[in-house]
Amino acid sequence: MAIRDETRMLLESMGRLFENLCTKQVVDAAETGVFAADLWRAVSETGVPLAALPESAGGADAEWADLYAALRVAGRFSAPIPLAETMLAGWIASSAGLEIGDGPMTVGPVRASDKLTLTRDGNGWRLNGTASRLPYASHAERIVLIVDGPDGEMAVSLEGSTAPTPAKGKNIANESRDTLVFDNFHLSTAAALPKGVSRAALYRRGALARATMMSGALERAMDLAVTYAQERVQFGRPISKFQAVQQNLAVLSEQTAVAVAAANLGIQSLSQGDEEREEFQIAIAKTRVGEAATLACELAHQVHGAIGFTKEYSLQLATRRLWSWREEFGSDPEWAAKVGTYFCGKGADNLWPIMTGD
Amino acid sequence: MATPMFRFDPVELPPEAIKLRGEVRAFIEEHKDVMGFSRGEHNPEFSQAMGKKGWIGMTWPKQYGGHERSSFERYVVIEEMLVAGAPLSAHYTGDRQSGPNILRFGTEEQKSYFCPKIAAGELTFCIGMSEPNSGSDVAGTRTRAVKVEGGYRINGTKLWTSNAHNADYAILFCKMAVDEEQANDRHAGATQFLLDLKLPGIEIRPVINLLGEHHFNEIFLTDVFVPDHLLLGKEGNGWNQLTSELAFERSAPDRFLVFFQMLQQMIRMAGPNPDKATAVALGKLISQLATLRSMSVSIAGMLAEGLQPNNESAVVKDLGTRYEQDIPVVARQLFPSEPELEAIDVYETMIARSTMNAPRLSIQGGTREILRGIIARGLGLR
Repeated sequence: MAIRDETRMLLESMGRLFENLCTKQVVDAAETGVFAADLWRAVSETGVPLAALPESAGGADAEWADLYAALRVAGRFSAPIPLAETMLAGWIASSAGLEIGDGPMTVGPVRASDKLTLTRDGNGWRLNGTASRLPYASHAERIVLIVDGPDGEMAVSLEGSTAPTPAKGKNIANESRDTLVFDNFHLSTAAALPKGVSRAALYRRGALARATMMSGALERAMDLAVTYAQERVQFGRPISKFQAVQQNLAVLSEQTAVAVAAANLGIQSLSQGDEEREEFQIAIAKTRVGEAATLACELAHQVHGAIGFTKEYSLQLATRRLWSWREEFGSDPEWAAKVGTYFCGKGADNLWPIMTGD
Repeated sequence: MATPMFRFDPVELPPEAIKLRGEVRAFIEEHKDVMGFSRGEHNPEFSQAMGKKGWIGMTWPKQYGGHERSSFERYVVIEEMLVAGAPLSAHYTGDRQSGPNILRFGTEEQKSYFCPKIAAGELTFCIGMSEPNSGSDVAGTRTRAVKVEGGYRINGTKLWTSNAHNADYAILFCKMAVDEEQANDRHAGATQFLLDLKLPGIEIRPVINLLGEHHFNEIFLTDVFVPDHLLLGKEGNGWNQLTSELAFERSAPDRFLVFFQMLQQMIRMAGPNPDKATAVALGKLISQLATLRSMSVSIAGMLAEGLQPNNESAVVKDLGTRYEQDIPVVARQLFPSEPELEAIDVYETMIARSTMNAPRLSIQGGTREILRGIIARGLGLR
């Protein structure tokens, strides 16, 4: 899977769109709790949020690899919109034959410990349980959830306006993370899930979305650090001329490169049609990107000195998201445990054959 | 973005490389008596057997003993051999850097003579860069060549030369006299020779390493006469040639698989149902390894496209050695053990060897600091 021309073109056009419309002012405003509606509209008009859907469902049959690449660009610009969530919600709803709509969507559950139970009630359904910290739930026009039905997992899709009022919360990047409690909540429709669509699949693809967005945010942090070091003069020369600073920037660039490569390793697995491989490659991706982010944030701030610690300067837009996304859809230790457990279960002699995949 | 980003495009191995992997694994199975942890032993018979398979000089032109196969196929052979702990040192330096540099800068006669012999596993090369007062600062070489009738007379000392005691030839880096106006150019006069290590005036003395083993050497050159036809490239072009040789050296996928068998041993010891802390620690190492490997395959892809991934290679080497050095650190936390070199228990030997070998990994082939300097230059900082 070399980078395809279509992907490059998509990335360039997404880059230009965010460059123009996702400025620091827009992100700052969104962080006060006002939805970035203009930005969402522009992104929505590109067709990217629902592009993975079949053409019959209003999509473009696009490659997931391309859409994840677009998430990296969104991560680079700290885009305060539920792009990943809408992509995933669209995927689940359309796979299950449920309604989609064309506004921003969210998806859940996003936490492994959440329990959502669906029971029969005449011709309809009753939903009980909690969906914690759903991204942008209070702004979403539609909420798509995977729940435990009487005979296994099912999907439900509800209009945001009819959902229970969310308890508002936010991550440290002030992105809304709202909790919905369902108490005998009535639904007229629920749908069985086709093969390949499951809560586990949602969780890992969500983890990959965060890992990919993080790789973009790391590119931004690195770009800012390298640029700043060349402009900031101390002791009569740019601080980029000091070896100690150069070595820090070199390590920062290494960690950024690793994060992009690790996210790509996860993305590569999406086209292979092998759920087991997808699970452990994404586990590797979220683990490695999380580790890289921890070190890279430290170095990007170190290079910037005090200015990087201010609200006025942009570095914090990237690093606060990195510190948030690192924990979402499973932290790096959580996924590392899955990697370790998987390979220990397979045995030492299978480590290399599994890794080489042939 | 203004800042250069190092590119590691995701690459999948082509079918011919995947097909070759099975063949390599069968060959390894056949030779498993010589495989082992962290061996890197000099084993000419093994190298010749690999030569017969066509697995040395794989990407070189057939005209010079090569096999015109892709960098992906070469990548697969090397990674399988490293993972198995194959004894490669009789041909590895020649395959990785000396042969490619001869093909790039050598005369027709040199290419026709040396490269087929390297590819057959019959001629062992070593490096000839470091000196007592010129380690990371290779340009500071004090070894001097003087033009004389029919050749050159060379005096100087090389140090840290791995495998010189087993090698037939070295690519010697030294300097020739320069004009006054070039006196401030540190790279002026740099010249490389194909040095026959059996020549009169050459003395090779072992330098025993901290494991008590003889891998590297000191080479004394006293009035050594090298004939004209063994000058490599051009007089004064040595710095360019050396940069190219180092690029060949660093782009090889051999910087994160040295302790692979120890990682396997740790997985074995953890058993099929590890506790959380063990699973996390091993999962982190495996994730690092998988990512390094994908970056390394990506470099093979850049080489296949004819690119020169010097910065990317420096990134992978620095990250790869960091990962390798973490293996004994994690091991002693998960599975404490008193290290013993000649232990009956295979793990005790591994932890002894890996602990003691770890420091060299971020020194040989360019120190960590030098690599980060290269990366900083790639970022436009110097």
